Amino acid sequence: MFLEIVQLTVYGIVLGSVISLGAIGLSLLYGILRFAHFAHGDVMTVGAYLALAGVAGLGLPMWAAFGLAVAGGVALAILIDQALYRRLRRTAPVILLISSVGVALILRSLVQFIWGPDTQVYTQELQMPMRLLDIKLKSTQLQIVAGTVALVVVLHLFLTRTRMGKAMRAMADNPDLARVVGIDTERVVVWTWAIGAALAVAAGIFLGMDTRLQPTMGWHVLLPVFAATILGGIGKPYGAIVGGMVVGIASELSTMVFPPVYKPAVAFALMVAMLLVRPTGLFGAPR
Amino acid sequence: MDLFELFTFAVFFLTLVGIYGILALGLNVQWGMTGLFNIGIAGFFAIGAYTSAIMTTPASSGHVGGFGLPMPVGLVLGVLFSSFIALLVGLITLNLREDYLAIATIGIAEIIRLVLKNEEWLTNGVRGIAGIPRPFAGWFEDPTGVTNLLVVCLVIVMVYAALERGRQSPWGRVMRAIREREVAVMAAGKDIVRFRLESFVLGSAIMGLAGGLYAHFFGFVSPEAFDPMYTTFLIWVMLIAGGSGNNRGALLGALAIWTIWAGTEYLTNRFAPPEFLTRAATVRMLLVGLLLEVILLTRPAGLLPEAHFVARADDRRSTAPGTSDSGDGDD
Repeated sequence: MFLEIVQLTVYGIVLGSVISLGAIGLSLLYGILRFAHFAHGDVMTVGAYLALAGVAGLGLPMWAAFGLAVAGGVALAILIDQALYRRLRRTAPVILLISSVGVALILRSLVQFIWGPDTQVYTQELQMPMRLLDIKLKSTQLQIVAGTVALVVVLHLFLTRTRMGKAMRAMADNPDLARVVGIDTERVVVWTWAIGAALAVAAGIFLGMDTRLQPTMGWHVLLPVFAATILGGIGKPYGAIVGGMVVGIASELSTMVFPPVYKPAVAFALMVAMLLVRPTGLFGAPR
Repeated sequence: MDLFELFTFAVFFLTLVGIYGILALGLNVQWGMTGLFNIGIAGFFAIGAYTSAIMTTPASSGHVGGFGLPMPVGLVLGVLFSSFIALLVGLITLNLREDYLAIATIGIAEIIRLVLKNEEWLTNGVRGIAGIPRPFAGWFEDPTGVTNLLVVCLVIVMVYAALERGRQSPWGRVMRAIREREVAVMAAGKDIVRFRLESFVLGSAIMGLAGGLYAHFFGFVSPEAFDPMYTTFLIWVMLIAGGSGNNRGALLGALAIWTIWAGTEYLTNRFAPPEFLTRAATVRMLLVGLLLEVILLTRPAGLLPEAHFVARADDRRSTAPGTSDSGDGDD
């Protein structure tokens, strides 16, 4: 029993890493652009498949494919923003929301058109899990957690040490004030897309490494990612990390009681509970 | 294709347009009139369909049931159940920001999908529920399905008339005022959360009704028919293309988009090589997505924009900015 809880918590941290990376980007984008980006899950999917193209198509090692996919995902996100969202930014935020649902569908259809609807994997090699004190752990899972920690540290340094990072936080706190003090808000927006997309691509690749690739993979984790974002407090990147871990661990632990297919429902229940008790999230200011 | 086949096809086509039209009318209550963002349409549609299906089918070994109730009772129960779920979702989210409702509706649609797929005792899982009675089944022979179409048309007329009446009533005015300027309505002493809740529940009830009709039209329901993205997304495109806020726009959008959707499907089925068929479906979805973006960028008010709403007291207009979010409709 105790061992099972520890084991599931370990799996939960792996799942939580993927969710956190998605939720950080969503939270940052929400803070800067004030709209819920519904295509975020599908950006994850695109990233995962771009890495697949690098690994399976070009025969690159995983780290190189990772870099390629991040570059591709960032370029795609900035392109979509410039071609579409920028033109709609002056309308109501909810129009952006509708537009992002359309983008989600376009991205998923593109992935399905190019790579087909069947599930795929990065490597056919069978992985033997390591055993640490009777806790099973695959080396990919270790890589996922280590990669997430590294990305979070880099993000933290960026947000606290660079001018752009500070400008970003300023704009999330108060966009009008940021504009008044001379921050180039359009540049901040582009950077936000770059960071959000890079983290989403990483999340997508990690998800593909942990499970399998499928055109709907990103759409199906969108709900837990949103739950994590709300749990941490919308617009709070650090809160999103905590939210992601809570959602990930709770989802895995729930499999002791409920069938595993209902993991997304657990994330939803957590989100609903949070909305009822404290809608601004764990780290948001109380209403 | 002889005349009989053509007639049958036209009946089939129009019945589907009608059902989608009812869904679009339901979304128009929520989004068009009140500005509530529901992306869980497929969930409420499915609840209506499955409730009616389970209540009206004869006993089966595959799933709970055997109630064998008449179709109208099944439809009413479907409407009640989808209203109930909408009430729960609304009570939790409607006093929060608009995005929370959107996220919550995705969540509820996803959970409904999981339940339909996995709770075999209730829904027979992926195999679905068959043998749902057609309207007036056993009364007379109807090889063309024209009775279905008439029933759907009757429902559209009723829903349309009721919504138009509601739209022009004080209730409808409050709804649109909430959409345009919430603070002003609050200052006028209206209970905004309650009005929103009414709108959300009414819209979802209409979606549940469409679901019930769908179940009785096809005689078969399975989780695949209620894919959250597919149905939900098409309805959104229909409403936005037709003109949100305008009930006639919602119906026109349903006709236009379904014509494009079914028309391209017919063309690809007929002329595309078989190995291209699954990809053709993907391309069609891609094009619908692009169509939505183009409409949002170039003609956000849709084909039939909502008429500018001018209250009797015309002089108030200057003090009430933003009487329409489109800006290019005619007065």
